[in-house]
Amino acid sequence: MIGQDLLGIEPLERDQIELILETAERMQEIATRDVKKVPTLRGRTLINLFFEPSTRTQTSFEIAGKRLSADVVNFSASSSSLSKSESLLDTAKTLDAMDPDAVIVRHPVAGVPQRIADVLEAPVINAGDGAHEHPTQALLDMLTVYQEKERIEGLTIAIIGDIAHSRVARSNVYGFSKLGAEVRVAGPPTMLPAKVEELGVKAYTSLREVLEGADVVMALRIQNERLGGAFFPSLREYSATFGLDRAKLRFAKPDAIVMHPGPVNRGVELSHELTDERPSVILDQVRNGVALRMALLYLIAGRSGATPERE
Amino acid sequence: MPRILIREARVLDPSVDLDARSDVLIEDGRIAAVEPEIVASDCQIVNAEGRWLAPGFVDLHVHLREPGQEYKEDLASGGRAAVAGGFTRLACMANTNPVNDDPSVTKYILDRAAKDSPAHIHPIAAATRGLEGQVMTEMVALREAGAVAFSDDGKTIMDAAVMRHVLEYSKLVSAAVIVHAEDCGLRAEGVVNEGIVSTRLGLPGNPVEAEEIHVARDIRLVRLTGARLHVAHVSAAGSVDLIRRAKDEGLQVTAEVTPHHLALTDEATLGFDTSTKMAPPLRSAHDVEALRAALCEGVIDCIATDHAPHATYEKDVEFTAAPCGVLGLETAFAVVSDLVRRGEIAPLELMRRMSTTPARIFDLPGGSLSVGSSADVVILDPERRWRYDPADGFSKSRNSPWAGQDMTGRVMATFVDGKLVYDAERGVVAQ
Repeated sequence: MIGQDLLGIEPLERDQIELILETAERMQEIATRDVKKVPTLRGRTLINLFFEPSTRTQTSFEIAGKRLSADVVNFSASSSSLSKSESLLDTAKTLDAMDPDAVIVRHPVAGVPQRIADVLEAPVINAGDGAHEHPTQALLDMLTVYQEKERIEGLTIAIIGDIAHSRVARSNVYGFSKLGAEVRVAGPPTMLPAKVEELGVKAYTSLREVLEGADVVMALRIQNERLGGAFFPSLREYSATFGLDRAKLRFAKPDAIVMHPGPVNRGVELSHELTDERPSVILDQVRNGVALRMALLYLIAGRSGATPERE
Repeated sequence: MPRILIREARVLDPSVDLDARSDVLIEDGRIAAVEPEIVASDCQIVNAEGRWLAPGFVDLHVHLREPGQEYKEDLASGGRAAVAGGFTRLACMANTNPVNDDPSVTKYILDRAAKDSPAHIHPIAAATRGLEGQVMTEMVALREAGAVAFSDDGKTIMDAAVMRHVLEYSKLVSAAVIVHAEDCGLRAEGVVNEGIVSTRLGLPGNPVEAEEIHVARDIRLVRLTGARLHVAHVSAAGSVDLIRRAKDEGLQVTAEVTPHHLALTDEATLGFDTSTKMAPPLRSAHDVEALRAALCEGVIDCIATDHAPHATYEKDVEFTAAPCGVLGLETAFAVVSDLVRRGEIAPLELMRRMSTTPARIFDLPGGSLSVGSSADVVILDPERRWRYDPADGFSKSRNSPWAGQDMTGRVMATFVDGKLVYDAERGVVAQ
């Protein structure tokens, strides 16, 4: 994958996803060492180009880059001021002229990483674009599920919440489907996107039905900007209808795990208890995020022939 | 002015249902004869064997950006792009800066066009002042100044009472009112057709119902007022059904469709290319099929390009922030001649929908090769292959979904008032 863009899960083949997950498993050990650093990407430059604030994702990429000894530069820009003064592509080309080995792009509008990749020499990694894709989140989710369940093929994954506006939902739908899982989505009808079943999922509007037989339950974050009555009447009604707690989780399989891309609105998507305790694996997701991003950076921005173990 | 004899063309004159191999003689800027074998001395001979000869195309919907946005296009560059695309007559929309809501702006456009544009240009005036959808414009004065129709185009009049009065008042000046039919509330932030494509892209969807609801509303207002309504750039199959029923009822409703809505589906947007962003958006294959059938059947009366130039730097932004619209004049014939190659429409009927019918909708001259009429003529090679590069074209802008693509069907020559203004070998040859 050296030099290639990672813009989404939709264009990936199953064996590419498996390669990334296997590489991430090898990276996990580095975090347990006394000195959490390997020289694999020494002399490589990575740019975090974030047009939307995201402390968590940006930090995860930064730590991943630094554990591989890359030089990581953070470039934060407000998308609104940019569109007025300097064009998006001008900014990207300017950074490209400084010869980075990968550019990690986060933007509130769908398609921006693609447009930037179209004009850049350096490979582009999509760190989340609008409601389009968030491939690294989906990959770390797949890694987490794989390590919990020792398989993905044949599992039933229930994704619950604002599917229409969720890049996490889209990337996970593509990823888990490609690996042979059955993916279901559920939420208020106002939050299910048009023709969602054409993505190969089953859509539900009943929490009880979507949980029936589920091995993995993934709750999505309700974004503050969706409040105000256009998509659902109140947080109270949302949490009563689609929020998860231990009682409702009984509809799923007894050994079902609970996931969330974070940050959790406690008491809305998940009860306090479920946020903090098994079967929720939210902090494992975060931990796996670093290893997963190390794997991707190594695969995309690395030198051919180098391996982290050997160096 | 020399006499010109065009020989052995396949002459297509929809105004008299003529489709025959014939010669055409042009004299003093007018059609002097259309006969199988014209013997004439002392004239310039143009051999058009194997080519089509038709009345110059008439486009009821272009944005020429002058006055105010000459960096995108002006009357000179827009006029050159027009004749390069076989168009000899254009009606230009009112969303200039200042808006064409005052007779002084209408006259300015006409004066500049007479000097700068090789194609005839007819301004469309705003229906309400400043395109604000509130106070109607001085339609009588604007009509006297030369406005041929009235429209707020992309700033759809959402207040039905205002639209009702605009329609009623337009009867005073016997001009059509053009509607860009879109319920702005329902469209909301939508930028691509709502469906599996908007879901895959994660971009806000614009449902076909936003158009259909508005078409239905305005047809009811035509029934209420007895006015003339022209529906711009129909994009949805459901709108076609509404227009068909209105026509069956005898209402004065006409409609246009763009080449891009006839040829492309929303899947063209899957790479986030802003040269596929326009309003209304590209729709599903089901809609495209219905539009093609409606054009062939005549439910949709004519083809209009909605030529909408934008600077590259304006389009090279986030998909949601990019302005709507694409170039259309220079690629229109190649794109729509596909209907003939696929056997969906006869050449004579395609020419009717590009010249004779649009001219009649706005009561414009043109659209005919009858003896004595102005020699606005286009010569076409429907099989000629060429590559379209907007950088080599005549528009100032480059925002075309067909940029860099191989096209079939080419304009070989265009005459305006008997004067050769475009020649495929030499480009635009006259101001």
